[in-house]
Amino acid sequence: MINQIGAYSLYICLFVSVYLILKSYISSKNFDKKIDQTFFATLSVQLFMTILSFFTLVFAFVFSDFSNITVFNNSHTLKPLFYKISGTWGNHEGSLLLWLLVLTFFLFIFFVTSKKMNVRYRILTILFQEIIILGFLLFILFTSNPFLNIFPIPDEGLGLNPILQDPALAIHPPLLYVGYVGTSIIFSASLAALITKTVDNVWASHIKNWILISWIFLSVGILLGSIWAYYELGWGGFWFWDPVENVSLMPWFCLTALLHSIIVLKNRNVFHSWTVILSITTFSLSMSGTFLVRSGILNSIHTFANDPSRGVFILTFLLFLVLLAVFIFFFNQKNFPDTYQRSFLVSRETSILINNWFMMFFLSVVLVGTAYPIFLEVINDAKISVGPPFYHKLIVPFLIPFLFFMALGPNIKWIKDKVKKLNISQIIFLILSFVISFFIVLNTNTNYLFSTLLFTFSFYLFFNVINSFQKKNSNLSQKVSHLGFSIFMLSILFNGILSKENSANMKVGDEINFLNKKLIFENVKVESDSNFKKLVGEFKLNDNGKIIHFKPEIRVYSQPETITSEADISSTLFSDNFLVFSLIKNDGFFNVRYQHKPLMIWIWISVLLMSLGGVFSFFKLNEK
Amino acid sequence: MYGKKVKIRAFFIILVFTSAILITFLVINSLKENVVFFKSPTDINNLNQIESKKIRVGGMVKKNSIEIENKNLKFIITDFKNEIIVTFSGAVPNLFEEGKGVVAEGYLEDRKYLKAEKILAKHDENYMPPEVKEAMQGN
Repeated sequence: MINQIGAYSLYICLFVSVYLILKSYISSKNFDKKIDQTFFATLSVQLFMTILSFFTLVFAFVFSDFSNITVFNNSHTLKPLFYKISGTWGNHEGSLLLWLLVLTFFLFIFFVTSKKMNVRYRILTILFQEIIILGFLLFILFTSNPFLNIFPIPDEGLGLNPILQDPALAIHPPLLYVGYVGTSIIFSASLAALITKTVDNVWASHIKNWILISWIFLSVGILLGSIWAYYELGWGGFWFWDPVENVSLMPWFCLTALLHSIIVLKNRNVFHSWTVILSITTFSLSMSGTFLVRSGILNSIHTFANDPSRGVFILTFLLFLVLLAVFIFFFNQKNFPDTYQRSFLVSRETSILINNWFMMFFLSVVLVGTAYPIFLEVINDAKISVGPPFYHKLIVPFLIPFLFFMALGPNIKWIKDKVKKLNISQIIFLILSFVISFFIVLNTNTNYLFSTLLFTFSFYLFFNVINSFQKKNSNLSQKVSHLGFSIFMLSILFNGILSKENSANMKVGDEINFLNKKLIFENVKVESDSNFKKLVGEFKLNDNGKIIHFKPEIRVYSQPETITSEADISSTLFSDNFLVFSLIKNDGFFNVRYQHKPLMIWIWISVLLMSLGGVFSFFKLNEK
Repeated sequence: MYGKKVKIRAFFIILVFTSAILITFLVINSLKENVVFFKSPTDINNLNQIESKKIRVGGMVKKNSIEIENKNLKFIITDFKNEIIVTFSGAVPNLFEEGKGVVAEGYLEDRKYLKAEKILAKHDENYMPPEVKEAMQGN
């Protein structure tokens, strides 16, 4: 019964969507001067129906309605309520419904908040957004309907993959989706602005908010996924260049570039076509991310089901949207305002352009590394993987000039500035950074020149940002975000050169010595929790007289039968001590891995700082 | 002569092209060095020559083949046609078990012996690395 409500509301959505496409198309053809009242009404109906259908599914999950096949496949009566709810989007069908919900919700918000904008622009944005919504609706209804019935009704569900039963992972997908889907509004709006010849500084300040929303949510979404992989998968690091991670990083690079270029468009009214190209690319990357993850091409924890028809659908739809965008772009080239602005080599514009170039470079590296294995497999059936060394080798050296320009960029004035005003403080910063870095790197066994340079320019950026906080003129959000980035770089670097690791196979009572530390495996206990049993290990680490106790867990879930291990991490502001253990076979030996990770917590904090800068900018704290 | 604007444009275009070429070169070069090929024990058995490059070997962990010492781990990867002995010291993932799918990354010593640097296993009970699946089906 309740399934029917969900399914029918989706059909109503489909109907509304087709209506809105026709309506907005006709309205834009007629150059209507006023927005028809029916737009508001129909958009509200669509939003309401999507919300209804989404909550129907949530309801089915909460009350374990196993007549619904999605619930049956992904839930269980014994699961805690929180994970019953998060189970709604912990599967393919439900996550797409969430996509749809955010799509319609954002369109509605866009419609309500864009009253000051050109009428035809608003209508065309609705048109493009509705095309995307229609595509997703067809996709959901015909390949991944979350409201299919199962008969006879089973008594018990199959359960949610236990490694997804985690607070960070319960909110990671919604945040990431808000980021991804936010780019759809940017896409629709830039196409609409292109057709209505309104790609200008007014449009820039209007669309900037949407870029900020997507960017903030995408950043925090990636962060949560990363934290989760750190403690739950026991990977013990923050980034692994796993294809699925890369797929979320690519739109992030693009959005970051867009976030910078839109500022130029807003202040100087240049970079029109570049901004539009970036908008189109960002959305295409978000869509292809969905395609790669959902189609089962990338095999990973995110792959819910391997159904080729789904992949083919998204790929076709993506191609259609990209072709449409390219077509519109080329036929409206002349619509860009012909305002030639004099620009000089030494100017804020150039520095932002440099930022964009670097972003495009990082993006291409990640794109090649992620797509090449897929490409090669299709061409000659060879199976390969591209590991971290590839990315490190190509990205890390370029960070040196990137950091340098990032330190200088915000100090340069718009339009024209002089190189000569290179003042004493800059030279002092550079020397100071170099000296500090030299002594840091001195006692480590890394590539001296390279690490020293990286450290030097990270510190240089850091000092420059700190220094800029004294000045009142420039904007707060930029300073906070750039401060976040400099701390991010420094903590990664410290983490990289000072991390220590040791792994061994141990039995209860064993004692191992390494790096002046002594690790004792004291005991192992069996305990039970609501929906799993656990083995709790007790370890004692003696680090030069400092004692740390660890209680890592191995959890054995029964529905579905899965073993997960929970790392025990003792975090301080200076370093993380990480211990995870796993069972190899039942002969008393446990595989124990200990890691010492300096400044780990600062990696997370710095990303939050970066996002906080975005939040400041969104609430216009700069303009006071 | 040419105006300043034209000169700046020309300079800009040359800059873009040179950096594009340079980057393509760098990327291709780096790809060549850092790509890791995946092979099944049978593929390795059929190799003409043992390469010194890093490879990945995938298959099932043979039943009763895991031997544990304090620092080292020794086991056999099988695709039910050929086998290869793997030694490893380090951390193993959660679901590394006898009779389950596994991928080992490391260097070949000879056709029957791999020194692994990294062990990867599937993320959940139902998941089998696609490489392993195919290797199984291929036999």
